[in-house]
Amino acid sequence: MPTVEMTFTPLPAHVRTARLVATAVARRSGVPEALLDEVRLAVGEACSRAVEVHQEHCPAEPVRVALTGAGERFEVVVTNTAVGDDGMAWPPQPAADGQDPAALPAELGLAVIAGLADDVQVSRNGDGLSIRMSWPSGTRAG
Amino acid sequence: MRDGVPGASRQARGGTPTLATTEDRIAREDFVDLKLEHHTTDGIEVVDVEGEIDVYTAPRLRELLIDLVNGGHYQLVVNMEKVEFLDSTGLGVLVGGLKRVRAHDGSLDLVCTQERILKIFRITGLTKVFGIHDGVDEAIAARKSEK
Repeated sequence: MPTVEMTFTPLPAHVRTARLVATAVARRSGVPEALLDEVRLAVGEACSRAVEVHQEHCPAEPVRVALTGAGERFEVVVTNTAVGDDGMAWPPQPAADGQDPAALPAELGLAVIAGLADDVQVSRNGDGLSIRMSWPSGTRAG
Repeated sequence: MRDGVPGASRQARGGTPTLATTEDRIAREDFVDLKLEHHTTDGIEVVDVEGEIDVYTAPRLRELLIDLVNGGHYQLVVNMEKVEFLDSTGLGVLVGGLKRVRAHDGSLDLVCTQERILKIFRITGLTKVFGIHDGVDEAIAARKSEK
């Protein structure tokens, strides 16, 4: 069972709230202070992406975030229910030689997540997509 | 939701003061998510950014950069020393601004010394795209020397 579970309407304004909660739970779960910024950024990226695809495909459906800190790792799962999300950009591909470096990859958020979390899994979950990320944690959670 | 985890945020002791400060600020009524100011120095438009640049606030920075370019300002320096959070949406806005000024043979340089912000530029390979400087004066001097 997740330590904290939340759902929010797919609006950009709520992404900051999700970041705040995720960071607080990570801290309580014993994630080292040096990693909290990475947690904050990666969760924000995953939630931003979910909000984007929900607004495009299913604006009435909430984005789901599950935070689990009871074990040796603090795990975050951000799930969207957008049928049209194919997640084809995972894993992120490096820019091809000769490509304009200012030409951002279509899934820049996923590239950032891949660079921040040492364990990332993207999988189909029912109609939508789940991004599962984890970081080492202590044993303070409950 | 703001009061959902007060104990957790207060548990930080001797940790990263900046992050704790951010959480405390968010919890206050007068929290300002993004503050934008700009002024002209030596013919270069300097944009001072304070706060968080994310999917919610980035459109405001995008609008300002577009307004500046439409107003004929093609030499820009974005001062990010007071930016507390930057995500890929913000990166996209900065790259968009860079493309706009380049279309007028202009430039967009950044001022940033915060490691946690610089890390995002490194992860995405954008350190090769932007001129990133330690201070506004250095950014302006570097731009002037290239003219």
